[in-house]
Amino acid sequence: MSLKRSAAIMLRQFYLMRGSAARVVPLVAWVGVDMVLWGFMSRYLNALTAAGLNFVATLLGAVLLWDFFTRVMQGVTMTFFEDVWSRNFLNIFASPLRLSEYLAGLVLSSVVTSFIGLVFMLIVAGGVFGLSFFSYGVVLIPAVLVLFLFGIALGIAATAMVLRLGPAAEWFVWPIPALMAPFAAVYYPVTILPRWMQYVARIIPPSYVFQNIRSVVSGGTLAWGSLVCGAVLALMYVFAACWFFSRMYHHGVCTGLIARYSSETVN
Amino acid sequence: MLTPSSARQVLSVRGLTKRYDDQRALEDVSFEVAPSEIVGLLGPNGAGKTTTINMVLGVLEPTAGSISIAGVDLARNRSVALGCTNFAAVYAQLPGNLTVYENLRVFGLLYGVRHLAARIDDVLREFDLTGFRDTKCGVLSSGEQTRASLAKAMLNRPRLLLLDEPTASLDPSTARDARAHIREFAASGACGVLWTSHNMYEVQEVCDRVLFLSRGKILLEGDPRRLPEEHGKSSLEDLFIAVAREPLSLEAN
Repeated sequence: MSLKRSAAIMLRQFYLMRGSAARVVPLVAWVGVDMVLWGFMSRYLNALTAAGLNFVATLLGAVLLWDFFTRVMQGVTMTFFEDVWSRNFLNIFASPLRLSEYLAGLVLSSVVTSFIGLVFMLIVAGGVFGLSFFSYGVVLIPAVLVLFLFGIALGIAATAMVLRLGPAAEWFVWPIPALMAPFAAVYYPVTILPRWMQYVARIIPPSYVFQNIRSVVSGGTLAWGSLVCGAVLALMYVFAACWFFSRMYHHGVCTGLIARYSSETVN
Repeated sequence: MLTPSSARQVLSVRGLTKRYDDQRALEDVSFEVAPSEIVGLLGPNGAGKTTTINMVLGVLEPTAGSISIAGVDLARNRSVALGCTNFAAVYAQLPGNLTVYENLRVFGLLYGVRHLAARIDDVLREFDLTGFRDTKCGVLSSGEQTRASLAKAMLNRPRLLLLDEPTASLDPSTARDARAHIREFAASGACGVLWTSHNMYEVQEVCDRVLFLSRGKILLEGDPRRLPEEHGKSSLEDLFIAVAREPLSLEAN
């Protein structure tokens, strides 16, 4: 595996962002809006409820972490979409680039773009609403790691779906985080959910993260076992997503879909 | 299986077949391209030229057969085989949202080009693109875009160069320069070229050998300057039309 080839994918993304406000502004615009909206909402809820409950740490912190997860996923898909939009598949896939190198390039690009979003959120949430990211303590490290891994997994799976179904399928990708949020129990405990939704929540790694975050904020203990479970699940999803992408790519190579991608021949 | 002969060729294609369900796109096609040789792949639309090129580029998997590039089996060692290949095609322009330089830099890294900065300067000069170095490819004229694609195709000094109608959008003067440049490139090193074109004048001028494809099979093969006479035609264009309209009569011959 050549890191240089993966870096080429990241460099391409840097070149695109360097010359385009339309690509840079969304990295911070929507997460900024979310921080402001949920920051005031948290303040309002703090004013309404009994002293001792801190919605800034529970609600705004949860929104921040969920937005980070969404940014990670979109970092992967956006880099892939650049090849879709510029009809670059033939140039890319007829080069010596290996699939693993291409996927690593998508992940590297996502690391950079999601980090930019995270830093911006921390500035707004910390500077305006007094959220201290480090008040969560040690849980923060596995939490960020699990969300990052699951975001990568979901991003790769989503790009595989677009690779299989054609450019128009990108509209299936955007709502994925929103569809997943109710099951991930971002804003409420898993126990609030009906039984069937709890079963779904158990197979979604972020649900373990947010359960633990809430527990720590309310003075409870950290359940390392459940965090490990979430991390293992997330890692499994990363491998499954890479396998899925590889299958979709090989299907495209067998049917000619890669060579004529823009024709959107689903078969 | 690689034979000693195929290992010496820059491209060796053996029994290449592609079927889509019941539809036959290519049937048992075999040919070779030697170092410094320019081979024309000719045939009417739908004959299987682009299918062949896509399979050599590794973006379409053959139903049967093998492809070896510079002695490296494409199916077994795709990345190495494609590392000594490059291509330019009218339907695969460089991304329009990057400048010429940015595109060449990204593809130079993908192809592992050594001394990349100097090599980029070389190809920019060779294809008269120095003035467009920082211009986005999308705003170049179609001829300039084609030259940018050719510059990318030459970037890694490929052992095998695949050109699918490379001069289709060039004016006659620029096309002549591009042909001369590609010929010079092939003659100067160990590079072989597989060239498709519908311009028979160009094929006669450039190609050492041509393969006529029709309905997924190689119908004729030979020197483009002698082939028309051998088949009772006055020009390569007449022979092309005969291949397109009466392939069965030529097959019988």
